Amino acid sequence: MVKPSEQSSHDSERTLALRLRVWRQLRGGEGHFEEYSLAAVPVSASFLEMMDMLNEQLIREGKDTIAFDHDCREGICGMCSMTINGMPHGPIPGVTTCQLHMRNFRDGETITVEPWRARAFPVLKDLAVNRSAFDKVIQAGGFITVRTGSAPEANNTLIPKPIADEAMDAAECIGCGACVASCKNGSAMLFVGAKINHLNILPQGQPERERRTLAMVKTMDDAGFGNCTNYGECQAHCPKGITLDVIAKLNRDYLRARVKDFFSSTGKARKGGE
Amino acid sequence: MSASSCYKNCQPASIGKKIIMALSGLVLAGFVFGHMIGNLTVFKGAAAINEYAEWLHAHPGLLWVARSVLIVSVIAHIWSGVLLTIENRIARAGGPAVEVTRQASLSSRTMPYSGVIILAFIVFHLLHFTFRKIALGGQEFGADVYKMIIAGFSQPAVALFYIASMILLCLHLSHGISSVFQTLGLRNQRWRGRLDVVATAYGWVIALGFISIPLAVLLGQLK
Repeated sequence: MVKPSEQSSHDSERTLALRLRVWRQLRGGEGHFEEYSLAAVPVSASFLEMMDMLNEQLIREGKDTIAFDHDCREGICGMCSMTINGMPHGPIPGVTTCQLHMRNFRDGETITVEPWRARAFPVLKDLAVNRSAFDKVIQAGGFITVRTGSAPEANNTLIPKPIADEAMDAAECIGCGACVASCKNGSAMLFVGAKINHLNILPQGQPERERRTLAMVKTMDDAGFGNCTNYGECQAHCPKGITLDVIAKLNRDYLRARVKDFFSSTGKARKGGE
Repeated sequence: MSASSCYKNCQPASIGKKIIMALSGLVLAGFVFGHMIGNLTVFKGAAAINEYAEWLHAHPGLLWVARSVLIVSVIAHIWSGVLLTIENRIARAGGPAVEVTRQASLSSRTMPYSGVIILAFIVFHLLHFTFRKIALGGQEFGADVYKMIIAGFSQPAVALFYIASMILLCLHLSHGISSVFQTLGLRNQRWRGRLDVVATAYGWVIALGFISIPLAVLLGQLK
């Protein structure tokens, strides 16, 4: 592996010949691996650009192209996925697949490319999976209820800097699903923990804090995600560096919400505040 | 609320099961410490441990309160463990063709296995020293607990099984204790490493404390 700082101009012109084992699956069908050879891949290409080259080759050969998710290609949208050699977003910690460059691979290497594997993320086609379970979790409580319209006066709600920083750290989550894909339990608790922390520690998140926590956890469970057993794989694979802290706080907030709900006279939190 | 909606809503959620697992595990982890301290009186001589055993049996009320708490904890621990393990296997959907582990410790990945073997050990241990049905050669010891321990551990196979089980208990505790803090939300990035050290140390203290007795018998230090 060559560090970016060690590259010379000569190095950036280097190309790779690769063998790719790619998961192919038709909608509703059983999947299988197919092998492809791809020559002259520039080391400066991103992994997605390499996949584009492979698709162009398939088009020239009159074959069906490989479906994969992508959008911004600058590491912030959360669309790209792919488990590369068993690692969601590939071998370099802290980057998404679109920001992973081919200089991190060896000439002649065989690269195995699979979709996210989890029951809650069914494969749509090839490497594209359906991540709408995450959308459902967000719809259950990943918001604050406010009157929109004219912008409120910024100084009306004062937020201490450390709290704002903590909320921003949690809000860094792009919802890509690498936590679920890397978890040996198919658990989404890093994602749900990040979203709950982001809102639950801010003043604007307080009115719906308990309702949000209970509803998001219930939606997460109903979607068929697994349960965290504190492996820490999610933290080690998260492209945004979200830590297990958010799961500890999710657990704490859930316990707090259940206790408050249990002793509330109306039980409104459990019913979703309706 | 109808019966069917209660069935769905009254099932503990994922985090609920984790909390049950953590609290029952905490009770059991506390118990093994007390059990180990009590056992170590064997090194003070036959009179000391026999007196301790007699004291326990002289307070049947206390003994049965403790036993009831333990039985409930064991059932809750196994029940939540089995449910979580099954659900997690299903949720994983087979996993990727290439399996990579970056962070998960050996102890965390072997929890169901170490747990099952420890359960088998507990069954053996109860039949051995509580009900006195096996591996004692049909001898009667009455209130002479000291003599029973020496006779029990004089068989190398039995002593080695106890030692191996305690090493697995150490493995189980080293992930379990640090997970208790995580599940109850009492852990952060700063404390994670420290709590892992505390958990591993606790596991070793328990394991070495228990192992010292069969080892001493095997080496002829306790007769």
